[in-house]
Amino acid sequence: MKAYSYYPGCSLEKMAASYHVSTMEVAQRLGVELKELEDWNCCGATAYFHVDELLAHTLSARNLAIAEKTGLDLVAPCSGCYKNMYFTNAHLKEDPDLAEHINYALQEDDLQFSGSIQVRHLIEVFVRDVGIDEIKKRVSSPLKGLRVAPYYGCQVVRPQKDREDVEHPRFFEDLLSAVGATPTDYPLKLRCCGGSLIVTNRRAALTMVRDLLQNAVDRGAQVIATVCPLCQLNLECYQRHVNREFGTNLSLPILYFTQLLGLAMGIPAKRLGIGTELVAPAFALAR
Amino acid sequence: MPVKPSFSSEIVNLLYSAETNPVQSCIQCGTCSSTCPVADFMDHSPRNIIALIRADLRKPVLSSNAFWYCASCYQCTVRCPAGIDIAGMMYGLKRYSMWRNHIRRGTIGADFSRRFARMILKNGKSFEPALATPYLFHYGLRTFLYDARNALALFMKGRLPLFPKRLKRSARFRGVLNRIIPMGRVA
Repeated sequence: MKAYSYYPGCSLEKMAASYHVSTMEVAQRLGVELKELEDWNCCGATAYFHVDELLAHTLSARNLAIAEKTGLDLVAPCSGCYKNMYFTNAHLKEDPDLAEHINYALQEDDLQFSGSIQVRHLIEVFVRDVGIDEIKKRVSSPLKGLRVAPYYGCQVVRPQKDREDVEHPRFFEDLLSAVGATPTDYPLKLRCCGGSLIVTNRRAALTMVRDLLQNAVDRGAQVIATVCPLCQLNLECYQRHVNREFGTNLSLPILYFTQLLGLAMGIPAKRLGIGTELVAPAFALAR
Repeated sequence: MPVKPSFSSEIVNLLYSAETNPVQSCIQCGTCSSTCPVADFMDHSPRNIIALIRADLRKPVLSSNAFWYCASCYQCTVRCPAGIDIAGMMYGLKRYSMWRNHIRRGTIGADFSRRFARMILKNGKSFEPALATPYLFHYGLRTFLYDARNALALFMKGRLPLFPKRLKRSARFRGVLNRIIPMGRVA
């Protein structure tokens, strides 16, 4: 059994609780143990970096230092948390002055950053560590004929972290194919959902949501699969608003990739948090 | 007499954890602007902003809405042939404009970010309703009614957080942040 520290992030505690429960269900079936990080704090999202970069790195450094105590790599299901903690880890390793400064502060909580662990995104753990072949073996009711648009969004692939393909990644498609679904090929799979612009610049965010949804629908998608709670919220909860603003007639369910994996593994919809969507995924509820 | 740094060098110095090259290496190709999903909403495109910074035109840069439209999707950063972290530069401009209190009228991005930072200093975790409610009427009645309906729908599905979560060691958490920059009683 592979074990990791697990950092759920603020959204998964309530608004994206279905991502959390489906993650736990699927991880268990795949032999992945996720141990929630003790007394973790917010990663700073994007907004804290608007105010102060050093403090924002300190937020992530505290989480990293707590994870280091367990000796396990840190897994985040939220793309924003993943990106922030990944780069804080990288910057502090590269810049001993920065690490020294932050370590001085971390003494207040009896913590020290040493750079001994890696930060991973949940989908990366499933695809790389567990492996597509292993996932295939656990599929008991494949999602035959279901056309799923893999939505990468931004921060899982950008900025470039390791050696991943930032222009034409394929791992999400491979994962969906492994569970029997038909991945939709649509050009905007890497386009931004608008992030926090939904609060600060509504019109721009709605335009971005519309473009994405329309593109997926035009290419025949029946559902969009996401890897981030903010993408899910923006794409799902503002569909009605988009329809009103732009005269469209969009009604596309947005599920977490873990929920689709879970359905293919025969886990009952309810245990995957399905049923809490604002755009009901009829195909999933029927399973 | 010490020489006051130019605006362009100030901006470069802000980006201490940005990736790779400074804005001086920009070749003005426009890849950033054509790849940006929100460039249509900006008064100056990202390419333009870089040109203005390099020309030390502080005022048009600081009064631009461009960086507050940046959602940090990093499409520009990964595609820039000169290897400039343009999204990182947009972050730098947000910080610079807030420190100098040079906020364009009608911009709620700065207020939102400050509110967010205060919330994290206080609770250690994000509490979404407190972030969104101050701007409920910002976009007019129609959007307010829409948002209220949305919040109710989320509530009915059990997805609306009603109480902020706190850290167990919140005093020590604040102690950590206070050692970085003593904040007095901000939070």
